[in-house]
Amino acid sequence: MIINIYINFFMTTISSVFKKLDKQCALIPFITAGDPNLVSTSKALEILDQHGADIIELGLPYSDPLADGPVIQAASSRALKQGINLNNILDMIKMTSSNIVAPIVLFTYYNPVLNLGINNFISAISNAGVKGLLIPDLPIEESDYIISVCKLFNIELILLLAPTSSHERIIKIVKQAPGCIYLVSTTGVTGQKSELTAQLRMLTQTIKEMTHKSIILGFGISTMEQIEEIKDWDINGIVIGSAFVKRLSCSFPDEGLSKIKDFCTAAKRIIIS
Amino acid sequence: MASVGFIGAVAVAPTALPSSRSAFVSATRPVVGVAAPPAVGAARATMMTPPPPGGAAASPASLKTDTVEGVALTASEPQNIADTVYDATVPDARGRYGRFGGQYVPETLMFALEELEAGYAAAIADPAFHEEVNGLLKDFVGRPTPLYFAERLTQHYARADGSGPRIWFKREDLNHTGAHKINNSVMQAVLAKRLGKTRIIAETGAGQHGVATATVCARFGMECEVYMGAQDMERQALNVFRMRLLGARVIPVTAGAGTLSNALSEAIRDWVTRPVETHYIVGSVAGPHPYPYIVRQAHAVIGAETRGQAVAKFGGAPDILIACVGGGSNAIGLFHEFKGDADVRLIGVEAAGKGLDSGEHAATMSRGSLGVLHGSMSYQLQDEWGQLQETHSVSAGLDYPSVGPEHSFMKDTGRCEYVSVTDDEALDAFKLCSRLEGIIPALETAHALAHLDKLCPEVEGNPNIVINLSGRGDKDVNTVVKLFHERGDTDVMG
Ligand SMILES: Cc1ncc(COP(=O)(O)O)c(C=O)c1O
Repeated sequence: MIINIYINFFMTTISSVFKKLDKQCALIPFITAGDPNLVSTSKALEILDQHGADIIELGLPYSDPLADGPVIQAASSRALKQGINLNNILDMIKMTSSNIVAPIVLFTYYNPVLNLGINNFISAISNAGVKGLLIPDLPIEESDYIISVCKLFNIELILLLAPTSSHERIIKIVKQAPGCIYLVSTTGVTGQKSELTAQLRMLTQTIKEMTHKSIILGFGISTMEQIEEIKDWDINGIVIGSAFVKRLSCSFPDEGLSKIKDFCTAAKRIIIS
Repeated sequence: MASVGFIGAVAVAPTALPSSRSAFVSATRPVVGVAAPPAVGAARATMMTPPPPGGAAASPASLKTDTVEGVALTASEPQNIADTVYDATVPDARGRYGRFGGQYVPETLMFALEELEAGYAAAIADPAFHEEVNGLLKDFVGRPTPLYFAERLTQHYARADGSGPRIWFKREDLNHTGAHKINNSVMQAVLAKRLGKTRIIAETGAGQHGVATATVCARFGMECEVYMGAQDMERQALNVFRMRLLGARVIPVTAGAGTLSNALSEAIRDWVTRPVETHYIVGSVAGPHPYPYIVRQAHAVIGAETRGQAVAKFGGAPDILIACVGGGSNAIGLFHEFKGDADVRLIGVEAAGKGLDSGEHAATMSRGSLGVLHGSMSYQLQDEWGQLQETHSVSAGLDYPSVGPEHSFMKDTGRCEYVSVTDDEALDAFKLCSRLEGIIPALETAHALAHLDKLCPEVEGNPNIVINLSGRGDKDVNTVVKLFHERGDTDVMG
């Protein structure tokens, strides 16, 4: 137990990934835990880790995924239909996280956290080896307590910014963000194609000028052309979600795994080219 | 007369750390209102030991004060500390009703909520806004609605000596479009116009809110899209047609059970996608702040009228108020005026579906626990992992796994009692009210009426009971024909 804790503690953290990559953009795939099943999720984590992922975002399936579009909604409900719960998922992470280098960021809606109790939840995911936490329906106003608990357990809580955030909110969020800042690239839910406008690029620059904290961009990034375009923006990471989830959720798990391997490899090749 | 002393009446014990067995995974949640003692066991110590930050010793002082044997109790977490004293001035500036309410939405929507809050504050400071809304309520909606003495229902529940409770209906069914919902749609449409929004979206369960919103959009020439669960579209087919006739687009939602909760989620997704040009007219006192507040204010006219009418009809305030609770808007609309009157007893009636222990019901207050759904902290029907549960009620408008945050606050503080009524009991009341009063109530409303069966034999003296007759039942006739047939109600089936 104690040994385990120390191993976790010295493993890669989210910020150390950005530091190591320096100016290069981190590749951050998102997959939904338990879709199509937990064994394949574990394999997927290893495959992504070996084929270019720098950080991996793992979505906890939830009954009411408000911020998600049809692809991730469907993945979530497929996972839940199998009766998968947080306990199974954390067991899987515990087994897998020591085999992979890329740190895991857990993506969850707030209700499952509240339901278990904030302290219990953070402690449990930390014990499983999770390094970061993203809660899309928890605005900065409600985050104080959870930020303090996350600090205790060496979990980086990632805060979100949106193209619609007011200047005052941007200042507040940038200041209070304990780790990196996740800029939502489009108004809307996951899986809708982002426009990647000049306005958005300007917003990333505005934030960059305000802080040294890392910025990652996500929501609606699914094609190689988009990656090609934004890798030269001055940002620290690109999150790709529905594009991975769609490929992975094949009726034949091995086929899905081979598809995400190819996609991840190709995405990485573009980033480093 | 019956009354409750509500100050500090009910103290809900905070939810304790999931107890027993090996770690957190097998914890069972205490249900609302049931105290779970913070168990102290060796098993838990293993999971609550934080990794030593920077190699230093474990748990810092901030958590230590709330720990038992190194175990931080979730009871000490801010959301788990329940209010015990009722406060009629809620919400506070942050949209909190005690620990309930708030704004749990994606960051993309925060600007829209801020804009709405500021826009509403400006509107209510402007006499022209009130003049426009009140003018529409009077001539377009048909307010004020009567407070009607339900004479034969009163006789039905009278004691052998002829004494007993006196039953009154607040006739929201007489509003244009047939339910209370239009009070809110009118106000929010006028507000949306002021905010410069060109497109209106709404969710609907029974279809009454959708029809009300489609109606005001037709009146104002605004684009209107209504999200409705696929199952609800089937059981409320008449209302689907009405919306289309009024020029609205009805969008079926197939996710989950295809009911109100799924429709609400889909409407929020739409709003996240097009927040700049869209105003979302939420149909109940649910959703993120400021919705529970502004929807309450829109319906407060129900109670305000009742106050004056009660004085005129029976020379004082009512003793007991009853309303059905889906999200809770018709209930809050009636209760708001009286919630500071400590001797007015408030009763909210939820849907017990096929029974509280059947797993098929929508009785959030009886079987729910604390959580966040649709942007608001409140009681929810959820499983032990915090996954929302599918609900069931014969009435689409009550088929919702959550409840408005102000109701949860009134529950915690004991200001309002919450009871539940099964599908069958509601159907009986549906028939009884039709036969005795010549009023076919909505199935939602029938739940409030059904509670009279339990309440009337228990009360002493001759209290004046006001029931919010929230809507008329034409929309439910299809559903009811089928159910009466199944039950073998030969008296109505011929
Ligand atoms: C007639 C009627 N009563 C009650 C309700 C329940 O909603 P609420 O609890 O917000 O009043 C509805 C909802 O559709 C309704 O149509």
